[in-house]
Parts: sequence; C-alpha cells; structure tokens
Amino acid sequence: MTAIPQISADTLANMEKQRRRARVSSTFRYSLLIIVGLIMVYPLVWMFGASFKTNAEIFSSPSFWPKEPTVQGYIDGWQTSTPYTFAKFFGNSMLIIIPKMIGTAISCTLVAYGFARFDFPFKKIIFSTVIATLLLPNVVTRIPQYLLFRDIGWLDSFLPLWVPSALAGDAFFVFMLIQFLRAIPRDMEEAARVDGANTLQTLIYIVVPMLMPALISVCLFQFMWTMNDFLGPLIYLSSVENYPISLALKLSIDTTEAFAWNQILAMSCLALAPSLFVFFMAQKYFIEGISTGGVKG
Amino acid sequence: MAELQLKSVEKMYGNGFKAVHGIDLDVKDGEFMVLVGPSGCAKSTTLRMIAGLETISGGEIRIGDKIINDLTPGKRGIAMVFQNYALYPHMKVRKNLSFGLKLKRKPKDEIEESTGEVSGILEIDELLDRLPKQLSGGQAQRVAVGRALIKSPEVFLFDEPLSNLDAKLRASMRVRITDLHKRLREEGRPATVIYVTHDQVEAMTMGDRICVMKDGHIMQVADPVTLYEKPANAFVAGFIGMPEMNLADAELSLDGGAKLTLAGQTITAPADLAARLNAAPGPVTMGIRPQHMTLTPDGEENAFSGTIHNIEFMGHEVNVHVTVGEASFIAVVPTSQFDLKLQRGDRVGLRPTGTQMHIFDKASGENVSLAQ
Ligand SMILES: Nc1ncnc2c1ncn2[C@@H]1O[C@H](COP(=O)(O)OP(=O)(O)OP(=O)(O)O)[C@@H](O)[C@H]1O
Ligand SMILES: [Mg+2]
Repeated sequence: MTAIPQISADTLANMEKQRRRARVSSTFRYSLLIIVGLIMVYPLVWMFGASFKTNAEIFSSPSFWPKEPTVQGYIDGWQTSTPYTFAKFFGNSMLIIIPKMIGTAISCTLVAYGFARFDFPFKKIIFSTVIATLLLPNVVTRIPQYLLFRDIGWLDSFLPLWVPSALAGDAFFVFMLIQFLRAIPRDMEEAARVDGANTLQTLIYIVVPMLMPALISVCLFQFMWTMNDFLGPLIYLSSVENYPISLALKLSIDTTEAFAWNQILAMSCLALAPSLFVFFMAQKYFIEGISTGGVKG
Repeated sequence: MAELQLKSVEKMYGNGFKAVHGIDLDVKDGEFMVLVGPSGCAKSTTLRMIAGLETISGGEIRIGDKIINDLTPGKRGIAMVFQNYALYPHMKVRKNLSFGLKLKRKPKDEIEESTGEVSGILEIDELLDRLPKQLSGGQAQRVAVGRALIKSPEVFLFDEPLSNLDAKLRASMRVRITDLHKRLREEGRPATVIYVTHDQVEAMTMGDRICVMKDGHIMQVADPVTLYEKPANAFVAGFIGMPEMNLADAELSLDGGAKLTLAGQTITAPADLAARLNAAPGPVTMGIRPQHMTLTPDGEENAFSGTIHNIEFMGHEVNVHVTVGEASFIAVVPTSQFDLKLQRGDRVGLRPTGTQMHIFDKASGENVSLAQ
C-alpha cells in the first residue's frame, strides 16, 4: 500500500469551515437575487392577474389573484371604443414592423459590409459621423424630421416610420454588425472571390450566412423596439385607422368615460405577447448574436 | 499553355511600406515552383498579387499570354488553397467544392461528375455531406485542395497549406500534393503550381524549382540540387540546409593555391576551390556545410584547431559544435566515425573536405566561388 499523506484534523476542520462559509454565502446571494427579481417582475405578474379581475376589484384588493376571474376585460377591450377591433391595431403594428425590420436588415448589412471590408475616400470621417448619430439624443432630430416629412407629404402614413430605417438610419445596428463582421476572418470572402464571386455574390452567399446570428438579433431588437415605440407613431400618425397597438392602448385611456382599467390591462397583456413569443423563439440566436465574435475557429 | 511571368512586380502597401521590390520570375507550364523565405519576406504578398487579392503597384503579371494585372481573381484562371483552409462554414463539403462551378453556371450533371471525380482523387467521398466544422484538420485541408482542383485552373496557388497540421500529417499531405501534381502531368493536363512555405523541407522535397526570397527581393531561383550545391549568395547558403551552413569571416590569400586564415590559423583550402574562385585576396566570408567538415586529432595539418563546446547525439549522426577563435562551427559526423571519448572542452582539428567549400564576398554576400 502506498502511503497516503496524512491530513491533519486541523486541515479537515478548516476545510469544513470553508465549505460552510461558501454555503452560507451562496444562500445569501441567491436569496437576494430572488427578492430583487421578484420585485422586478411583480408589476407584470400583477398586471396579468388584474387583467382577469373586474374593474371594481382592481382597486379594492392588493392581491394579484382575481377573486372572481372573468375574461370580460379581454372581450370588451378587444372590441374597443372605436369602429375597429384590436385586430386592426395588431395588423397595423405588423404593417409597420415587418417592412421596417426587413429594410433595416438589408440596409444595415450593406452599410456595415461597406465599412468593415472596403476602403474608400473619407471613410474615417463618414464612419465617425455614423457613430456620432448614435450619441445624438433621438429627440433632437424629431422636429427637423417632422418638418421634412410634412413637406414631402408623408404625414399620417407609415412611410416616415419605414424609410429612415430602410436607409440604415439606425446607427446602432450598423455598429453592431460592423463589430460582428470584424471578428470574422476575411479568408472565406477571399476564397469566394477566387472562386469567381463578385462583391454582391460574396455578400449574399458567404457574408450574410456567417452574419446570420447578428442579423437575427438586429431583427429582434427592431421588432421589440418598434412594437414598444410610442413617440414615433404618435407624431406621424393621426387617424385612428392607422394606429399601432402602442397608440391604441392609450386610446382607451383617452375616452371620456371612467377608465376601464381591466380592459387596458387585458390588452396590455396581449400587446406583450408577440414580443415575448418572438424572443423565446429566437433566444438561442439572439444570445449568440449579441455576444460578438460568434464564429468558431 | 499556362506559364506564369512576373516582370518587375512591385507592391507598396497603403501605409507606404514597400513589401516587394521589383521581382522577376518565370514559372514554366506545369512547373512546381516553391516560394520560400523567412517570415515577412513577402511570399504571401507576392502570391496574393498573383491571385488578385492585392493590387499590383508596379510591373506586370502574365498567365499564358494574358496580362492579368487588372482582371478579377475569378477571371485569372487560378485557384488558391489558404493556410487555414477558408472553407465556407455554412456549406456542406459538397457545396464547398461546387461553389465555384455553380457561379460559373455549369450544368448540374457536369458539376456532379466533377465533384465525384475530385472527391475520389482526394478520398473525401464519405465527407461530402458534412459541414466544415465536422472535419479534422487533415480532412479540411483535403477539401480545400479539392475546391481548388475542381476548377481545373491554369495555376494553383498554395499559401502555407500544411502549416496548421501536425508533423506526421504534414509529411503525408506533402506526398499527396506532389503525387497529385505528377498525376495531373501524366494525365496530360499539367498544372502550374506556386507553393508558398517557410519550411525548407517542404521546399526541397516538393519543388521542381525553388525561389528563395528575402525582404521583398528574390535571392535565387534554382532547382533543389543547385540551390544546395551552388547557393548564389550567403543568405541562400545559410537558409537552405540542416543544420545551417557554417559561415565565418576569414582572410583569403592566393599564393600557391587558395589559403584561408581564421583566428590566426592558416589552412590550404581543398584543391578545387582555387580554380573556381573569382575573388581578390582579402577579407571574405567562407562557407562550408556541417556535413563537409571532418574532425581530426588536434594539431593536424590543414585543419583549424578549436574547442568542442557541445555534442548533440542525433542517432545515426552526431552534431559537434566547435569554436575556433570567435567563430563557431558545427560538424556533422556519422556516429560510426565518431570517437565517443570526446567531450566538451576537448581540443580537436576541424578540416574542410570535399569540393563543397564556398567563398562569399564580404560586402555583397555574393558567392564568388562559382566560376567554372
Ligand atoms: N496590409 C498590409 N499593410 C502594410 N504592410 C503589410 C500588409 N500586409 C503585409 N505587410 C508587410 O509586408 C511584408 C510582407 O508580408 P507577407 O505577409 O507577404 O510576408 P510572408 O513572407 O508571407 O510572411 P509569413 O511567412 O510570416 O507568412 C511584411 O513586412 C508585412 O509586415
Ligand atoms: Mg504568409
């Protein structure tokens, strides 16, 4: 038998102490995390519960669990006080989001590819300008943009919401794609050029597939941000028939009657659904895309 | 006909760095030309200019009788194998192979036939439905070669294709590539190959001819035997051969045969040297390969006397490091002829033998012992 080094009782006690301390510290950490987490989700949980309450109960009981669950809020809310049902507003939201998402993906890819892979005169200055717009607060450009679109005559249409994004107006996405592209070695693109691909073919057949995780994140971000955007539609859309969900929700608050909170909450829950659904569907790619350098060696 | 010609080709990078200083190179149809040189000597730059991946700042490159300076890579009739394979990560091996043909709008059955043929030659049939990340390094390398082969290009370009493989695999891939080159030649469709490496074993074993480069200049272009036996200058002499050629500053005198003085000791050089010499007496660099040095007992005539400072036992031979004055020499001695009692600190004689001594001009490094 080989001699096993003797572990003294002292060391054993020490190890035991350390283990206990580690356990206490992790219990503490997780408890804290759970408490903070609960505080953060509670409003959501409450909203979901309250959407099944009657209007009277919402203010009478602090618990989120409805005493007499009812879907009346959903039924009434869906009908709305306008000539349209909520389906119309969902449709409008999609009409805004989908072209905007596609436009963003295409235009930002083109611009990012240009910046990441080609040299051209004044590249540095132009790139700095693009990045500078990232730092510019959105509100600063609202008024000039409004005036511009008014002069073109695009007010009360979806065009002011689509066009800036379709022209790679979202510098953040351009920046994100450039960072991602920089982490991808150029060899594959060079191999494609040697194989006879022109610039556009290289982009479509080689770069875009490699860029996919990042592109999916771009689309997801654009989806969620547009879904939640309130100010944009508020400024440019004036007729109710063009309203997206974000405006429609506020519509119910505007009406002169006493607010039907249960309807508002019910519709808010529905409004959350698409974003959540899309997020969970694409979660895997999404995480891959925002942690840049997603190419394995 | 696919000869490749470089005429005073220059490369100036955007930052003003001049990487290639007007090089001339003729590669014959079907020739296997190896570009070799230390890191940073512009081998890759040269290759990439031929491929069309870098612009050419001066001079011209021809393939056959076409000047290709301004053609896009796809139109030059070349194919390239990259150091890290550069397979398209999202395409199966089959699509990787056929991508180039698809772009050329070749008919489907022709593409299929070529894919089958190439995968047969390179033994990658079983891998056709895998993604690149499911391949081992050696397999990926074979696919990369296949992707070049399938296009039947006029000129193949390789940029250190084996440097990411382990030693054993590298040796077998080396044979595979030279075999492939011979096979194409026998089948009557010879392929011109430009092969970049910094490994002199690859260079010596694979090349029909070798082009040795240094700092954007060509130092010598010759077949392996000439390169080894008649290096044009001290750089080539030192670069080719294992262990390196011994180079030492010495004093040349020519009274009654060539005599060399080193650290105060004068020896008469091997008889043939005087006839080959084309140099004035004075300070020179003398060069002699470790294999062409013999050990003698100390004090013998025509041998430099020095001290052993290291002995490396290599198996079938022994590398003996000897210092003579300031200079350090290596002698490679077959184990059977080595006196095993010798050890560090012993004094021995070191005698150049054979007809393989070289004298280089001290200033220019030119070999001045090549006259016939
Ligand atoms: N894009 C570039 N801009 C400026 N200088 C460059 C560029 N690419 C390469 N160089 C320089 O040109 C010289 C030649 O580079 P090159 O890559 O051709 O060397 P190499 O012989 O292939 O070396 P290695 O064996 O390490 O691959 C080097 O000094 C390098 O620093
Ligand atoms: Mg290189």
